[in-house]
Amino acid sequence: MQKQAIFQSKLLPYALVAPQLAIVLIFFYWPALQAVIQSFLLQDAFGLSTTFVWFDNYIELFRDPAYFEAIVRTFFFSFAIAVSSLSFALLLAVMADKPLRGSMLYRTLLIWPYAVAPPVVGVLWIFMLHPSLGIIARYLRAIGVDWNPLLDGDQAATLIILAAAWKQISYNFLFFLAGLQAIPKSVLEAAAIDGARPMRRFWTVTFPLLSPTIFFLLVVNIVYAFFDTFGIIDTMTRGGPGTSTVTLVYKVYSDGLLGGNLGSSAAQSVILMVMVIVLTGIQFRFVERKVTY
Amino acid sequence: MALRHFGAATAFALTIGMTASPALAVTEIQWWHAMTGANNDVIVKLANDFNAAQSDYKVVPTYKGNYADTMNAGIAAFRAGNAPHIMQVFEVGTATMMAATGAVKPVYKLMADAGEKFDPKIYLPAITGYYSTSKGEMLSFPFNSSSTVMWVNLDELKKANVEIPKTWPETFAAAKKLHDNGHPTCGFSGSWVTWVNLEQLSAWHNVPLASKANGLDGFDTKLEFNGPLQVKHLEKLVELQKDKTYDYAGRTNTGEGRFTSGECPIYLTSSAFFGNVKAQAKFNFTAVPMPYYPDVKGAPQNSIIGGASLWVMGGKPADEYKGVAKFLTFLSDTDRQVYIHKASGYLPITKAAYEKAKAEGFYKDQPYLETPLLELTNKEPTENSRGLRLGNMVQLRDVWSEEIEQALAGKKTAKQALDAAVERGNTMLRQFEKTAVK
Repeated sequence: MQKQAIFQSKLLPYALVAPQLAIVLIFFYWPALQAVIQSFLLQDAFGLSTTFVWFDNYIELFRDPAYFEAIVRTFFFSFAIAVSSLSFALLLAVMADKPLRGSMLYRTLLIWPYAVAPPVVGVLWIFMLHPSLGIIARYLRAIGVDWNPLLDGDQAATLIILAAAWKQISYNFLFFLAGLQAIPKSVLEAAAIDGARPMRRFWTVTFPLLSPTIFFLLVVNIVYAFFDTFGIIDTMTRGGPGTSTVTLVYKVYSDGLLGGNLGSSAAQSVILMVMVIVLTGIQFRFVERKVTY
Repeated sequence: MALRHFGAATAFALTIGMTASPALAVTEIQWWHAMTGANNDVIVKLANDFNAAQSDYKVVPTYKGNYADTMNAGIAAFRAGNAPHIMQVFEVGTATMMAATGAVKPVYKLMADAGEKFDPKIYLPAITGYYSTSKGEMLSFPFNSSSTVMWVNLDELKKANVEIPKTWPETFAAAKKLHDNGHPTCGFSGSWVTWVNLEQLSAWHNVPLASKANGLDGFDTKLEFNGPLQVKHLEKLVELQKDKTYDYAGRTNTGEGRFTSGECPIYLTSSAFFGNVKAQAKFNFTAVPMPYYPDVKGAPQNSIIGGASLWVMGGKPADEYKGVAKFLTFLSDTDRQVYIHKASGYLPITKAAYEKAKAEGFYKDQPYLETPLLELTNKEPTENSRGLRLGNMVQLRDVWSEEIEQALAGKKTAKQALDAAVERGNTMLRQFEKTAVK
């Protein structure tokens, strides 16, 4: 068996890798480096005056108690979004995995919401639950429920978590269904013959065999909750009431794009980048050990 | 066969010949705006009329999203060296645009350089004051201006036997009565919570919102809206929020549907709400001036404007500026202003247009369209009512709203909330001051 690479020329492999490398450098490392540089600068919105301010942007952030609140809130939101969308998607996938009549249609319908853009999700939920525009909200108020997520922070947070989780369910469902269908039927049949009831079969056979999928989805969901939810927040609550739905990414967006404070916004994205790197590291270092491939 | 080919070739040659030659001579002028619906039609018509009236320039209007989106798009385009010629910027973006010396071409300079006839005195001072330096140099061209008015559902007021209120105490009493008579979820409400309850309230009572004439005299301004009047007003709102005599309807205008649906019979928002009210409300309505506190001496003063103006971006060739200047002159025309006023419900920006609309009897059947003008011109503007010019205003408003929401939700007292809003706002103003081009 020849292990030696079949490349005769020393340059050819580099040449072949070069386009890929160029893409990674231009589209990933270059913007990341830009963010780091920007985070040391103080600049007006138009980029006309620039001052180098060392770590001022970072120091100001850590002095701001609202920033810590946003960190805690983001972790809470991510946890709530990941857990609720994962568990609900798993439930749906287990049900859709059964040999049902018309299951293709059922599965297709469940996948649809994934094709919807986050701001559209926000708008859809606004039409249901916004205090003045929402259909459900009108009925709620008519029957005497004090529904006003414009003032009640907990209601607003629930709304964001619901909408964000709802959108992610389809994606999770798709992977769970594929994962479930990849589990050999013979294993489950053997367990059934041994007298294990459906619940026990699920927790002792299916669930462990699904653990790589669950782990993968956990990482994806947390990254989603961290980065992709600002469209939903922007359309639904704009961070309010008070600051009860301001997450880290929304703060990056609102400070940078709405407020024109690019330095602080860049510093925040650098912190966010570090946070996600650390978080993913922890997941792979510790959670992955529990995963059986 | 051959003949058919010949015909096609001729047609082809003709088309090329016809489209290519005039396209080379015309200078395109990009106009980015944030108008939708009926107001978008107005913009398109203005551009078409201008293009038809002469052959040297072609104004190309492009919708770029809401006000904040349009401004961000313009800023991003400028950073990429690709800014439009004309950008519609809402009034709260004024300080940001003004601070960007070099990024914009002041209108008074543009007109002088292009040799266009231009007299800032023909425009309504209540409007131009907002967009001019303290020396009276017009920096941007006022386009669509509005002001806060109080929209009233006449049918519901009649049903509850309530007079149209003039003062705040009367408004509170009216709202209570309406609340008890079939409006359990909302006696009165309003949009743009900070604009109505801080910015306009302060100007209307001749109380400062910020030092240095609300920022018009310099960027080293400090917020001052935690005074007794504003605290008292917010306290009252907090009290009425408890049983929903007042019900908070959000930071922007998303709550306006509560008025048109009949849920809230009294609603304070922009006069530009007119188009929607007219289209959707199935009841008799009117718009009256904002209420005032009768115990404040000299109140009511005059209101300040909302809406947007047209900024001309810097760094373009002189012949293109000439076209821009011609277009601004075209917009200033009296008949055209009357048209814009009637079609959009925004204010006429020139004195002549206002007089003409009045002479035509335009306000006879729609007296509420004159309300914002009467408010703006109620008294000679003072330091506190000329306008506002605060940096990062979009974000400032969000911070103020956050604090007001905390008060209305009962998490802070009115005083605590306004103190915090002032303190957090001042930090942001210092930040802006650091980055503003000197």
